[in-house]
Amino acid sequence: MTATQSFYHNSSPPGRTGIMSWLLTHDHKRLGIMYFGAVCFWFVLAMFLGLLLRTELMTQGRTIMGAEAYNATFTLHGVIMIFLFVIPGIPAIFGNFFLPIQLGTDDVFFPRLNLFSWYLFMFGGLFAIISLFVGDGFPDTGWTFYVPFSVQNSANVGLTVTAAFILGMSSMLTGLNFVTTFHRMRDKSMGLMQIPLFTWSLYATAWVQILATPVISITFILILLERFFSIGLFDPDKGGDPLLYQHLFWMYSHPAVYVMILPGMGVISEIIPVFSRKSIFGYKAIVWSSMAIAIAGSLVWAHHMFTSGMSDVSVFVFSLLTYLVAIPSAVKVFSWVSTLYKGSIEMTPPLLLSLIFIYLFSIGGLTGLVLGAAGTNIHVHDTQFVVAHFHFVMFGGTGFAFFAAMHFWWPKMFGVMYRFKPAYIGAVLTGVGFVFHYVPMLILGMQGMPRRYYDYLPQYETGNFLAGFGGYLLIIGMVTMFVNLLLSFKQRIPAPVDPWGGTTLEWTVPSPPPVHNFMNKPHVEDYPYDFTKVTERFQKTGK
Amino acid sequence: MSSQVDRAGIKLGMWLFLYSEIILFGGLFVLYAAYLHRYPEFFAEGGKELNRVIGAVNTIVLLISSFTVAASITAIQRNAKKQAVGLLLFSLFCGVVFLVNKYFEWGAKIHHDIYPNSETLVAGEPGVNIFFGLYYVITGLHGLHVIIGMALLSVSLIFVLNGKVTASRFSMLDNSGLYWHLVDLIWIFVFPLFYLVL
Repeated sequence: MTATQSFYHNSSPPGRTGIMSWLLTHDHKRLGIMYFGAVCFWFVLAMFLGLLLRTELMTQGRTIMGAEAYNATFTLHGVIMIFLFVIPGIPAIFGNFFLPIQLGTDDVFFPRLNLFSWYLFMFGGLFAIISLFVGDGFPDTGWTFYVPFSVQNSANVGLTVTAAFILGMSSMLTGLNFVTTFHRMRDKSMGLMQIPLFTWSLYATAWVQILATPVISITFILILLERFFSIGLFDPDKGGDPLLYQHLFWMYSHPAVYVMILPGMGVISEIIPVFSRKSIFGYKAIVWSSMAIAIAGSLVWAHHMFTSGMSDVSVFVFSLLTYLVAIPSAVKVFSWVSTLYKGSIEMTPPLLLSLIFIYLFSIGGLTGLVLGAAGTNIHVHDTQFVVAHFHFVMFGGTGFAFFAAMHFWWPKMFGVMYRFKPAYIGAVLTGVGFVFHYVPMLILGMQGMPRRYYDYLPQYETGNFLAGFGGYLLIIGMVTMFVNLLLSFKQRIPAPVDPWGGTTLEWTVPSPPPVHNFMNKPHVEDYPYDFTKVTERFQKTGK
Repeated sequence: MSSQVDRAGIKLGMWLFLYSEIILFGGLFVLYAAYLHRYPEFFAEGGKELNRVIGAVNTIVLLISSFTVAASITAIQRNAKKQAVGLLLFSLFCGVVFLVNKYFEWGAKIHHDIYPNSETLVAGEPGVNIFFGLYYVITGLHGLHVIIGMALLSVSLIFVLNGKVTASRFSMLDNSGLYWHLVDLIWIFVFPLFYLVL
């Protein structure tokens, strides 16, 4: 592979050098790497903010910060994690890098729009940073910006909401780009049922991004207008209804959680078959369940509002619809487990992380049913139970899928292998820390400790202390993982074309890929998860 | 990158974008529906205060401009550059007429102390306040889209003049035209919802 030069050596469009070859690039791979840097920065920042929150809660009363700082910190943690890590994370990094390669093409359909999305992302982040330091500081409304608080609040809600608006645009344009690429750039010989599952999941995600994001845009515009002009659309004194804000907000923000989880599911669907050396169980079922989640997930928003005041009929309908979403999600879990069954399993860090994903995501899904049922919801609504459920799905789910994707595609993206042992240690520590961190929160919630509270009654101290302890374990695990990956740049162990025995197209091109991805016309297999050739190769060469 | 321009792909991307614009207004129409259900009589009362003649004129102006934009795309495909430029200029003129009408309409309302958070509205019936609140938000956002559409058409016009948009390469003009039709389409819904309500 010495004859080919990777995309790190050649710029697209050609002829640009130095920093400009990055800042003005059209190359989806370079943009993926640039997103990687930005997203990781935000993730690490918000992770430490989260740790500060749990440290504050470890003992009763004031521990390290005051009540107002606490409110602003959890808002900042939420806003960063949602808008700058979980939503863009997998699609913008791994989607940008691998969607065109998996489709057998050389770039996304609108490369310049892709660059523009990256700039929107950076500007959105910049706005968020600015809103920290000017005026009355960061908002303390929580990431949901509920009215009337967000309208009357003196803090920098306007600037933060603008930041979220810009980030929404970025995410929507990325989705638009992916859908167009999927339809127009796919290799001519690749039929719909020959597309790798990761790309399918990105396709479903992209539709949700296009469908749902404008609703949050208009909601944020309305907050801004209310702040400047006091129209009163959500103000009961002036004839408005604050509940309508909640409806508008969740009409986007519930589908948005599927924007967060679907790509993660796609990652797991790639990793499990590779290390089971076995075709994925229920390929079509997984494809259809992705689309089903995207559709059904858009119809369940009001289950966030069971206690806000709704008719019993609405509660019943939204509860039922919520249960329906569990079906396609369970289809996926069962498909992954069935793929492992009687497979020839090879343990690697990405597989271990995927297994942890399945475990944590299942708990997240099941606790979701507790919340989706109208009766039990009343009991645990707005308690730490909700926080734990949400983190089981978003962090145990998407977060671990993100780590798994990092370990799976790292060799392809950077052309270097990392050491396995520290990766295992990091993964186990993160997993154990995670359970220690969030299981106490589930219990605290059932006992009645509310979310977003700065202080609590004495009976909650043990649980909160344990959760904080778990938080530290969690962080140590993640730091181990990240440091191990970074050390791979120092060790420089070159990665082969196909270190894992994968079957999708990205494993047929050099690591890292050349600027146009494919040197010869890609050969599309009849079925993307046929491991016959891989096992033959293993039997012949022993690796 | 393939050397051939995939016009269908570019259009697909544009349609997806237009779709997102419709959803953007959709959020406001949801609010409209919910409040119309709550305050039907006040919406009727508010609707009677709007000037139907100006509204109707604006509808016709936008419809005509939509036609001339479409005609300019056909003209450029037939290599009739001068015709295309003329039609585009006329469309832009229609856009200006629309905005001028809007300016006088809003101006008259503001003169009668009807604007967000004005004393008349705050002291009056809540339903009327909501009606005019939505009126200003929706027509304001629509007006902003008119301005964006005019900017796109102006850029296309410049491209036609300096030969960047030609009979074989007219996606820019085509997509600007689509955007202009969207602006028109939204107005077709806004007009009856506010001016002709009950």
